[in-house]
Amino acid sequence: MVTEARLPSAFAEFEPFAEKWCLATEAERWEARLTTAMPEIRQFYDAFAPRFEEAIDYCDKFPLDGVPDDALNLLHLIYSMIMVSMAVEIFGTQKPTDSADAVMHRVSAPVP
Amino acid sequence: MGRWPKPAEGSWTEHYPELGTGPVSFRDSTTPEFYEMECEAIFKRAWLNVGRVEELPRVGSFFTKEIDAAKTSVIVVKGKDEKIRAFYNICRHRGNKLVWNDFPNEEVKGACRQFTCKYHGWRYGLDGALTFVQQPGEFFDLDNSEYGLSPVHCDAWNGFIFINLDPEPRWSLREFLGPMITALDDYPFGLMTERYDFTAQNNSNWKIFADAFQEYYHVPSLHSQQVPSEVRQPNATFECGHFQIDGPHRLVSTAGTRRWLLAPEYMYPVERITRSGLVGPWRTPETHQSTGLNPGGIEPWGITNFQIFPNLEILIYHGWYLLYRYWPTSHNTHKFEAYNAFHPARTVRERIEHEVASVVLKEFALQDAGMLGGTQAALEYGIVDDFPLSDQEILVRHLHKVAVDWVEEYKSERHPVGV
Repeated sequence: MVTEARLPSAFAEFEPFAEKWCLATEAERWEARLTTAMPEIRQFYDAFAPRFEEAIDYCDKFPLDGVPDDALNLLHLIYSMIMVSMAVEIFGTQKPTDSADAVMHRVSAPVP
Repeated sequence: MGRWPKPAEGSWTEHYPELGTGPVSFRDSTTPEFYEMECEAIFKRAWLNVGRVEELPRVGSFFTKEIDAAKTSVIVVKGKDEKIRAFYNICRHRGNKLVWNDFPNEEVKGACRQFTCKYHGWRYGLDGALTFVQQPGEFFDLDNSEYGLSPVHCDAWNGFIFINLDPEPRWSLREFLGPMITALDDYPFGLMTERYDFTAQNNSNWKIFADAFQEYYHVPSLHSQQVPSEVRQPNATFECGHFQIDGPHRLVSTAGTRRWLLAPEYMYPVERITRSGLVGPWRTPETHQSTGLNPGGIEPWGITNFQIFPNLEILIYHGWYLLYRYWPTSHNTHKFEAYNAFHPARTVRERIEHEVASVVLKEFALQDAGMLGGTQAALEYGIVDDFPLSDQEILVRHLHKVAVDWVEEYKSERHPVGV
């Protein structure tokens, strides 16, 4: 069975991560980070890191109001990479150190 | 000897002798009794920022603001004459909350031609005038002109909309803001309209939370992760370049290194790749530098953090700003509002830079919010109440002094000495 490609063909190697990490909103990305075990987060981070900058350059070729669907999925993957970078690079764990029971909601942001 | 010169008196704190240098009390942040007084003395007297003019883009645009500290709700609306007005959110007929959706305590926004009460269908124009009464003949000598919406004083400064709940405000908005804040008259906030908005319900007194954003002494300790661990100094210190106080308002400026000049090991990989991070996008569109922005002449200038009494804070960076508001909901809880505001992204890469800065904001604000629940809990033991503050914490000293001063003034007006 072949599932439909979500990402630009140049980034096909990331298709296995697309279903879980192509998330359009910060709320979904935050939730995915907090509920995913660190080894699985690292798997995505380690795979994506070498081509992180190239992915940004790819998306940057399009005007903000005209990003095609496959590049938009890639942009959402970039946003998830930013989200998990906080866990991997800065805190070493999903939740910010010392954040205790604090909760903060992003209630609006530009699209995409 | 510090890196930055201090005033001739030897310290920032002694430069403002009314502040004293002794230990301070935080009893103003732990009791329902003080909170009740504070609501009357501060939140029903001061000018309060409720939004930006961009939030009311056209005639009929409106939003409501719940102000727990005054147990009230206010409608802010742009009229047919483009003037922004504010009204208490109550129908003059039978007292129903006029503008709300499914939950009476939730704020709403939108656009309309008039306001219609759900209960009996009374209608009000955008200027608050009562324009329609169902079956007017059933009423007794009803004069519509006497039953318009109750107005709230409303004015704007450089695009920030303020209201004042005092029936007769003691100062105009400009008088209240004073020369230190209005020195930003020409700062182009109106160009920075790309916003990332956040809200939180925090378990601390509003002033205890504000305290964490008006000193940087805590940064090397609580936010040690702001520097990568490989280059982190165990005894790192932080010294601010300039402090200034004007009436009830405060500011602090810090120096800032241009991020791209740092050695790469001082940055996280995500910062290097996205060219953005803790202090925002590395490069931003050239923004007019208002004279009020860096009154201490700090070079290289990094951030100036303006705390406008009582509950508004604006942190201005190179070409973007961050805004916080603290809305008390009880003596030990508050609603926190924050947003990042940038020049609208022109490219996908710029949008990614804004995303990074907005993700990082939440990480470190959560550290403050989480820890301060513990501060609030311990302050409420009531065991210790003389807290030593350093010169780096002068603004903490000032906020608590002003809050107590305003409450004392309110009390003395109600019960003059000797009466």
